[in-house]
Amino acid sequence: MTTSTQPILQTRDLSISFGSVDALVSVDFNLRAGEIHALLGENGAGKSTLIKLVTGVYAKDSGQILLDGKEINPRNPREAQLLGISPVYQEINLIPTLSVAENIYLGSQPMRFGLVNTAAMNKQAEALLNRYNIDIDVNRTLSSYSVAIQQLVAIARGVDMSAKVLILDEPTASLDRHEVETLFNVMRQLKADGVGIILITHFLDQVYEISDRITVLRNGFKVGEYNTDELPRVKLISEMLGHELTQTLGKQATSETAKPKNQEAYIRVDGLGRKGYLEPIDLTVNEGEIVGLAGLLGSGRTETALLIFGIEGHDQGTIYVDGQAVHLRSPSQAIQEGFALCPEDRKTEGIVGELTVRENVILALQAKRGWFDFIPIKRQQELADEMIEALHIATPDAEKPAGQLSGGNQQKLILARWLASEPKFLILDEPTRGIDVGAHAEIINIIKRLSNDGMSLLVISSELAEVVDYSDRVIVLRDHKKVAELKGDEVTENRIMQVIAEEPNV
Amino acid sequence: MSEMTQPAERGFSLQSLTRNRAFWPIFALLLILLGNRLIAPDFFNIEVVEGRIFGSLIVILIRGAPVVLLSIGMTLVIATKGIDLSVGAVIAISGAVAAVLVSTTDINPILAILISIGVGALCGLWNGILVAYFNIQPIVATLILMVSGRGIAQLITNGQIAIFNDETLAFVGTGVIAGIQFPIYICIAVFVIVMLLVRRTAIGLLIESVGANDRASYYAGIKAAQIKLFAYVASGICAALAGLILTADIKGADANNAGLWLELDAILAVVIGGTSLDGGRFFLGLSVIGALIIQSVETGILQSGLPPTFNLVVKAIVILIVLLLQSDVVRRWISNSVNRLRGQMRGQTA
Repeated sequence: MTTSTQPILQTRDLSISFGSVDALVSVDFNLRAGEIHALLGENGAGKSTLIKLVTGVYAKDSGQILLDGKEINPRNPREAQLLGISPVYQEINLIPTLSVAENIYLGSQPMRFGLVNTAAMNKQAEALLNRYNIDIDVNRTLSSYSVAIQQLVAIARGVDMSAKVLILDEPTASLDRHEVETLFNVMRQLKADGVGIILITHFLDQVYEISDRITVLRNGFKVGEYNTDELPRVKLISEMLGHELTQTLGKQATSETAKPKNQEAYIRVDGLGRKGYLEPIDLTVNEGEIVGLAGLLGSGRTETALLIFGIEGHDQGTIYVDGQAVHLRSPSQAIQEGFALCPEDRKTEGIVGELTVRENVILALQAKRGWFDFIPIKRQQELADEMIEALHIATPDAEKPAGQLSGGNQQKLILARWLASEPKFLILDEPTRGIDVGAHAEIINIIKRLSNDGMSLLVISSELAEVVDYSDRVIVLRDHKKVAELKGDEVTENRIMQVIAEEPNV
Repeated sequence: MSEMTQPAERGFSLQSLTRNRAFWPIFALLLILLGNRLIAPDFFNIEVVEGRIFGSLIVILIRGAPVVLLSIGMTLVIATKGIDLSVGAVIAISGAVAAVLVSTTDINPILAILISIGVGALCGLWNGILVAYFNIQPIVATLILMVSGRGIAQLITNGQIAIFNDETLAFVGTGVIAGIQFPIYICIAVFVIVMLLVRRTAIGLLIESVGANDRASYYAGIKAAQIKLFAYVASGICAALAGLILTADIKGADANNAGLWLELDAILAVVIGGTSLDGGRFFLGLSVIGALIIQSVETGILQSGLPPTFNLVVKAIVILIVLLLQSDVVRRWISNSVNRLRGQMRGQTA
């Protein structure tokens, strides 16, 4: 273990921020030659940002990137690749209509008399793939092969361009068990060849199966660096989700008694699911109740929200509103039932950046009222001003394009849009992600206030301290399945983490 | 001191004017009209002969009417992040329908006109369904009708130029009310109706929302498909009206040449007006200005006595200049060089 502690790729005090959001703060990352190093963290933790910095997609604000002890400043992915840092992304960056061999040697084809020497190229490609025990016809187009093979071809291409560092971003997301095994064999061989491999994945089983060491990031900070076999699963999860936040956020003990018990569930979801997307799930949300939805990234939290809101279709189960079965096949139907969903990705799914703050506020309400029941401009202005004041949206006026607001204010604006539509049931997907501390606290207060006013809320969050703070009940998901429902005294961070960490095959 | 501040103040007010998005298209139109005036001294003359108003400016309005109408429909389509290449072909179809109906049947000509408009709406519906419900890319979806539409028109006219002799239908193109030709009334009416429809109801906002961020609009409960359908149907109706004007004007429907390439003029008019091909915010009035710019250039070239062979090239150059004037890159470049020049001059005087 101690023979090669000199890292092959290293970052020192690496920082970058986008606008007011610090995406990466003073991160020291150490990758050794001949190791598989898992880079873990929830969405927005800074994994992708770190990768984009070392591969030259982003330019750092401060800090150093060292390769073999020498500082490097790649200005674009091509420069990084020439230095020996090869990323293989989830969406494969190859050309599906070219042959396997052409893909591997694109840009560096063996030439003869100024023409591509196809025979030699095919031979080399075959030899290269044979080293990894991949026996395929390199003359066929890439798209005729499975995603797994395409991924391996991408890796082969990356390694052939003399990679010292190979970065695999969610390589197993769309592979079956057998294909994962093939990939792991290739990874082990590359490791033996002395390549340093960074693995990003949200499959913790695979992390424990293949990785030597783990670095955990959270909210742009490095939480720690561990040897995989010395880090228990529960500890890992608590590091990823931010255990120590408990001390900073006090739990409100009083809120529980204030609410009436034993009411008829306002929202009842009965066996809602879709094959291959989400296992049938049961859940209820009472009037004025906040139900938390916890679980790791990829556990099915967002999927649950999308199924309930009608964005994704379900093939089984029923949703009851106040005891009445409803059939929701689109968001507009869900909205008519008084549902609302603040989506996770506010840039693409939430804000209409070109429209003004006012127009964004009234959008859902207007969609609900239809084409001809136009909200008079004066009423629009009143609504927008009310919301700006109530949610403390920082904007000079309601006519500013929404795209120019900061992340936290955009999040509040989407919330405002839904509050303007006067929902009875509000689903929030990661309402506090990527926003500054002040806005964070405000949004949590708003969530509590809404529930006190009688609104039913389903809140998805990776911040366990936060979930524990406001939730009356917590539903825990793992592997696209509901695994536990915690209430009363059970609603603690430790209990949630224990449930998440339980071996899946029990 | 006062010498220093005065030009700065003037510069500021000028700047706020030039930053208004209506400034450049209107400025370009005025410039082109002035250019025409230099070429033809009687360009601005307007006279009344036998109760009818004559003059080059009126000619621009009448000749420009088809593209003005197309640009109104096209603006809505482009605002949804779409495009409608079929409007030229729809002109041919609607013209053929009206001409064949009045020349071969005893149908009431008013009814023939309404049927022709209905056919235009159907064409728009077809495009809209392909785009909104089958998710075919707009450029491909409308290309189908662009190509097949002229074939359909030929089938309707039986491959001939369908000539008719009906005064009611001819009135659409050449009729005069209170001294002003009928196409101008059609343009004003369509503009006002569409304006009311999109700005006094939620339709305009919903179109802009869908065009600017399709996905977020869906999440917000907007039925994007219906919105897109509306835009394409509106475009089809506008094209049908343009087709009626063109057909009525020559008392005949030419399936091969009626409205040929006008879809490109309409797209250009929308772009000159400042509506982005990426969808989102749209500006109906400025699209109309854009259409008038295109027509002014054409009329100017015709009146200049330049050989007709120059028409297309000169038109292209003028339009290019108009678009460059609007480009942020070019404007920044110009203002930077102006500032540098000023700095140099100041340096020399000091």
